[in-house]
Amino acid sequence: MSDEKRTDPVTGLETTGHTWDGIEELNTPLPRWWLWVFYGCIVWGIIYVILFPAWPLVTGATGGVLGWSTRGQVADEIAAVDEANAPMYAALVDTDPAEIEADPNLHGFAVNAGASIFATYCSQCHGSGAAGAVGYPNLLDDDWLWGGTLEDVIYTVNHGIRNEDDPDARWSQMPAFGELLTAGEISTLVAHVQAMGEGTDPLSGEGGQIYADNCASCHGDDGTGDRFVGAPNLVDAIWLYGGDTATLTETIRNARFGVMPPWGERLDEAEVRAVAIYVHGLGGGEQPAAE
Amino acid sequence: MSDHAETPQKPTGLNRHAILERSATLLLVAAFLVVTIGGIIEIVPLFYLQNTIEEVEGVRPYSPLELTGREIYIREGCYVCHSQMVRPMRDEVERYGHYSLAAESMYDHPFQWGSKRTGPDLARVGGRYSDAWHVDHLIDPQSVVPTSIMPNYDFLLRRRIDGEHIEDLLATQRFVGVPYDDDMLEMAQADLAAQADPFGDTGVLDRYPGAQQRNFDGQPELTEMDALIAYLQVLGTMVDFSTFTADDSR
Repeated sequence: MSDEKRTDPVTGLETTGHTWDGIEELNTPLPRWWLWVFYGCIVWGIIYVILFPAWPLVTGATGGVLGWSTRGQVADEIAAVDEANAPMYAALVDTDPAEIEADPNLHGFAVNAGASIFATYCSQCHGSGAAGAVGYPNLLDDDWLWGGTLEDVIYTVNHGIRNEDDPDARWSQMPAFGELLTAGEISTLVAHVQAMGEGTDPLSGEGGQIYADNCASCHGDDGTGDRFVGAPNLVDAIWLYGGDTATLTETIRNARFGVMPPWGERLDEAEVRAVAIYVHGLGGGEQPAAE
Repeated sequence: MSDHAETPQKPTGLNRHAILERSATLLLVAAFLVVTIGGIIEIVPLFYLQNTIEEVEGVRPYSPLELTGREIYIREGCYVCHSQMVRPMRDEVERYGHYSLAAESMYDHPFQWGSKRTGPDLARVGGRYSDAWHVDHLIDPQSVVPTSIMPNYDFLLRRRIDGEHIEDLLATQRFVGVPYDDDMLEMAQADLAAQADPFGDTGVLDRYPGAQQRNFDGQPELTEMDALIAYLQVLGTMVDFSTFTADDSR
């Protein structure tokens, strides 16, 4: 056995000198392309370390001559989009909400921006098509709890409903009548409220007496509700939680307390207006009363 | 084989590696040295670099009720489908809110960053939906999000909790570095119940500033639903981003 290197006569290459049972190992050089890729990677590595954040130091890391950072990049991207939208957003804030509709360009922008904001923040409760769900109002119809003018919708989006985060949130609280009325009175009242929807005078009969004493102050003598306190209209066919006997009994006994977060804390004024314009234009938007 | 010490090869240039390759002990020592140096360079800086230990105002240890909710979150495997990490990318920031900071999960043991989103990211879900929405959604997700494939967690509403082991849980968290003090440990069980009771008065809000106190699930019993919703409603709300400015270099 020998560790002698020698030139292999067949290939013309040098052997490594390793021999096992007479089998020798050729010392074939690495392919040129592989070597150059390897050297290229080393050079790229050095350039990268100089350009980008790399070496850890005492309290931070080398910043790299490009000054790049992930946080800087996302801030730049957001700033670029904000800048592109800035004129429209500024116009949304500066224009009187009532006059936005008169400007087709601005209105179109607001509706599209609002649709995207609605999908991100509102659709989880009000549904992707804004038809709502049990306990979450349908925004396509013209039945509004707190008012359906653009101004009302903007206020609702900004401050929300019955939340503890915004002192200006729309607020009301129906009493839980389970503690105030007897079971018999509640069942009479349920039947009466159901009959009201079919045309019975809200103040007539035994149920009417209970209604007048307990409900009329908010829901009105005619049962059409009071938007100032978010009291629903009881004589239309629209029920937020359901108009069947079991649901109505539950509603009267324990009351309801629908909450909406104050989106003014997360969205800026232009975004709030955009989503309000979108919702207002879904079908049920009301115009302010003529003065 | 001939004795290597006697090989006539001259240890020059690229042939020097033969010295290492032909001595198992030397190879072991050298390999250990290389791995040690690599490890020190990669791992040690994480303990002192400012960007990994950025101090942020507002982050506090979880209250007993929130911590219980977090245990339920882990037990039910919520992390399998939901991440808690808003990455610094425009699309994520636009959808979920400010990107997550390392400090926001400093009291998470283990953290819930996750690695896959079948459902949306939850790092900033706190305050985004009402408690009633969470109850409806956990009972039957499809009732509010028809296209959701999330399973029902209605049983949470029936499983009562009394915080029997909550003090031990806080003590364990303290053992791994969460700064719960003796007072917090002593009052843990009382605080757990008090946070879900609008009239509970144990000083829970003093011990855990910014904690939300109310009946989360809307029914009188203290249940796992209360705890989970308390946890979900605090997620991502501890840092006030109207006053916090992220340092770009981090």
